[in-house]
Amino acid sequence: MGEKLRGAEILLKALADEGVEYVFGYPGGAVLHIYDAIFKQDTVKHILVRHEQGATHAADGYARATGKPGVVLVTSGPGATNCVTGIATAHMDSIPMVVLTGQVPSHLIGNDAFQEVDNVGITRPCVKHNFMVEDVKDLAMTIKKAFHVATTGRPGPVVVDIPKDITADVAEYSYPDSVEMRSYKPVTKGHPGQIRRAVELLMSARKPMIYSGGGVVIDNAAEQLIEFTRLLGYPITQTLMGLGAYPASDPQNLQMLGMHGTYEANMGMHQCDVLIAIGVRFDDRVTGNLEQFCPNAKIIHIDIDPASISKNVAVDIPIVGSVSNVLSEMNKLIRASQFDPMDMEKDAWWEQINQWRAIDCMQYDRSTDVIKPQYVIEELSRLTNGDAYITSDVGQHQMWAAQYYQFNKPRRWINSGGLGTMGFGVPAAMGVQLAYPDETVCCISGEASLVMCIQELSTCLQYGLPIKIISLNNRYMGMVRQWQEFFYDRRYSHSYMDALPDFVALAESFGHVGMRVEKTADVSAALKEALAMKDRLVLMDIVTDQTENVYPMIAAGKGHNEMELSPVSGGPGTDRELS
Amino acid sequence: MRHIISILLENEAGALSRVAGLFSARAYNIESLTVAPTEDPTMSRMTLVTNGSDATIEQIQKQLNKLVDVIKLTDLNEVRHIERELMLVKTKAAGDFREEVKRLVEIFRGRIIDVTDATYTIELTGSGKKLDALLEALDEKAIIEVVRTGITGIARGENALHL
Ligand SMILES: Cc1ncc(C[n+]2csc(CCOP(=O)(O)OP(=O)(O)O)c2C)c(N)n1
Repeated sequence: MGEKLRGAEILLKALADEGVEYVFGYPGGAVLHIYDAIFKQDTVKHILVRHEQGATHAADGYARATGKPGVVLVTSGPGATNCVTGIATAHMDSIPMVVLTGQVPSHLIGNDAFQEVDNVGITRPCVKHNFMVEDVKDLAMTIKKAFHVATTGRPGPVVVDIPKDITADVAEYSYPDSVEMRSYKPVTKGHPGQIRRAVELLMSARKPMIYSGGGVVIDNAAEQLIEFTRLLGYPITQTLMGLGAYPASDPQNLQMLGMHGTYEANMGMHQCDVLIAIGVRFDDRVTGNLEQFCPNAKIIHIDIDPASISKNVAVDIPIVGSVSNVLSEMNKLIRASQFDPMDMEKDAWWEQINQWRAIDCMQYDRSTDVIKPQYVIEELSRLTNGDAYITSDVGQHQMWAAQYYQFNKPRRWINSGGLGTMGFGVPAAMGVQLAYPDETVCCISGEASLVMCIQELSTCLQYGLPIKIISLNNRYMGMVRQWQEFFYDRRYSHSYMDALPDFVALAESFGHVGMRVEKTADVSAALKEALAMKDRLVLMDIVTDQTENVYPMIAAGKGHNEMELSPVSGGPGTDRELS
Repeated sequence: MRHIISILLENEAGALSRVAGLFSARAYNIESLTVAPTEDPTMSRMTLVTNGSDATIEQIQKQLNKLVDVIKLTDLNEVRHIERELMLVKTKAAGDFREEVKRLVEIFRGRIIDVTDATYTIELTGSGKKLDALLEALDEKAIIEVVRTGITGIARGENALHL
């Protein structure tokens, strides 16, 4: 028999028993009993953010970097609604997260009580699952279920809505070791027959392509992916979410594909005869025009989520299962068959790929005094050996970070790929830095995204989180400006960032270090100086070329073979005077 | 094509709105939906009539299966099955109408379950088409109110959807 405890204490015990290290939260009326219980224990550490959105992104960043679920605690009403963006962000990228929201007392539910919202209803479309606790006796089991659902199968955020009276009610506490849910039984092992068929098809390919994504990172399957790719000797490309699962510096890696992918990756996709898609979801930013997608290829797709398979692109050999399990099985079969890996020196397919590579689509003008954003990322990558944790916001800087930072390890690249949430970068970096206090954690941002969660600089000071914020300041919402340049005849409607703050003074007023860099020649030294300040948060305001665009680019609705290259790489470009 | 999807789901608050929300969020059609607890009160049985291409129906099934509250489902189109709907119709039943309505109800093997001097209330069970046919046969001016439950269905023979 367990001891008798109040709901709030049960909650904290359950979190501790679940192994939760940090809870990111913000107090309010509906969760006061819970905050009181937090005060009385010291197993679970609470991180006080400055806005609930920051709590969700911080928990999300923590989860992406560690693979452990991120935990959030907020009050009812506005506390809960402020979380919606962060919950949707985690949901789109399949990030395990448990969000505990306070609710008005049970007897007031439905009365339009003070700070009441139908939180279960509001979050329903953007969670993996949600619960409302109706009885304190169910609380511990509900928490167990929430963590179980959030972390198994295709992971995702789970919301638990807890009315205030439940946190005061008393029940016996015992935390279940495991949980069985008859309606939730995710598949893990792939079908052996399908796996064998897939391997046979792969080994018969002449122009194969491996297309891997975030599922490999989430399932910790980088090792299996590397072995698989080496055993076959085939070219591999990754999605934005899959970067790092295969080392960027490896010659078999064609880097990122899709809208801003490399020439060789996209052309390879277009011409391949067998495509194996691993832990990806055929997002429209990756596939471009579906009618022109891999027109000559037989397609194999491995995914843990049956609903991802044949959703956007019909596949020939679907395999439902965890990526790590299926790749391990495939590797066994390939090894047993004594397959000769494709010869990168001699094979005609590699020869073709190397011709595409020779175009060198990632060139940019290196002769300017004005700072090119690409150069900043390249330098950062070099100075940190492609080994730092990099979070980003959303826009051009995000794409440049993906293109020019050489991610050699999984879980280092932390960005909002699916929802594209500006404001993600700084709080996500906080979560990563808490998880890994001794690692270098950088947030690559833009001056527009940066201010969307700038309040979290206070949280960073309070908890001593020495993240490095590298803000590529082009005085524009650069990505919006780029689309306006390309598709709206350069009518730069509301994409100019007027009335910007003095970012150096802003950093200082929050108690941090601010730096401004304005010339190419100063970039490297400034980065070194910032990275050397191990125990200070540094906000680098790097004033970059306003006219720079992200290339290559496949316009929405175009095919992989219809890329536009940068003028420096031989593309037409546009006449880019900004007025 | 029209499909009848039969679903066993947890009888929990919010389960119905998860299903309905899925259909509206992904722009799938719902023609009708019926739901009630089964012999095991912790489970509900839902019958959902939808339509779409084969690919859409496949996605609908996968997305439904993905809902944590859904225990099992089946597409009744894939098996021999029976479908039924219940309809209640209130009609005018004065003067000339009175005899005519009564005769029609007999032809359709319905029942008159409530009577006043001026009205009849008819109960009719059958396929959706049969119910449509009665409504067409009744004089439009005679109809006061129509209530239909939506289709429910079950597989023929030994085939069954259970735990
Ligand atoms: C919350 C949110 N609002 C709007 C957008 C649309 N959007 C995408 S990129 C972008 C501009 C970002 O500007 P900045 O942060 O300065 O980055 P840059 O593109 O200049 O590198 C905007 C407004 C978004 N992704 N997220």
